[in-house]
Amino acid sequence: MTTPTLAPFDPLTDALAAVDGWPEAVEPVREPADLPAPATDGQAKTRDVLIIDYSGDLEKVWATMILASTSAAMGVRTRVFVTFWGLQVFVKDSKRITGENWMQKMMSAMQRPGISHRKLSKMNFFGMGPWMMGRLAKQYGVASPKELLEAAQALGVEFIPCQMTMDMFGLKPEDMIEGMGEPAGAATVIGLMTENSTPLFI
Amino acid sequence: MPVIEVSETVDARGLSCPMPIVKTAQAMKVIQSGVAIELLATDAGSIKDVAAWCRTTGNILVDQSSDGAVYRFVIRRK
Repeated sequence: MTTPTLAPFDPLTDALAAVDGWPEAVEPVREPADLPAPATDGQAKTRDVLIIDYSGDLEKVWATMILASTSAAMGVRTRVFVTFWGLQVFVKDSKRITGENWMQKMMSAMQRPGISHRKLSKMNFFGMGPWMMGRLAKQYGVASPKELLEAAQALGVEFIPCQMTMDMFGLKPEDMIEGMGEPAGAATVIGLMTENSTPLFI
Repeated sequence: MPVIEVSETVDARGLSCPMPIVKTAQAMKVIQSGVAIELLATDAGSIKDVAAWCRTTGNILVDQSSDGAVYRFVIRRK
């Protein structure tokens, strides 16, 4: 390398100039072929999406509904496995007490089921938090979990309840909202994961 | 650019993510291949989201413009 004697002192430029073949090395050439191929309805190359809705907290139910409806809107086959606290989300809003024995009934009494009665995991403040969240959502044009659930169902999202949790909470099919899939278990979930589903645990 | 006829306008103005995409997908389901729809949205995230949706579903984003407040997308069904 030759450095002119009167050139301004610029070690960085000198160092860069000394690297052989530098301009070629830093120019990443991205061919259109590198981009993911567009997926299509029938001959889809996309993976399915499997969301495990474990939580019944308002903010997590919201995330589940947003991702499920968007996924279905993108032409991706979408299933939501509904288990544990998540199951209470899919009990009809009009149901107040569910279960057969006093423990199951007490559980539902202490935590009101239904998608419109979700609590925040933090800052719930006896319902103040969710109320303010609902006001903010309306103000900013954010669809409510219930609206998103309706959109998700219209777009063909499959909601699969967990049989074990239904039994344990004493939930009957008639307690649940319309359009739920056949109850299934852990093996179904693991089976889907090992086949062609991207899993999300919410 | 030739003028593209749109069969329908999806008005998602004032709606946040993911409703512009959800409404687009619903409108797209009922139109024929080759027919285009127009999507109006105010959600700034829709610029990226509409492009991502088109890439994944294979539908074609024919035109995109904005008047500063409202974004307009013309999407043709593949």
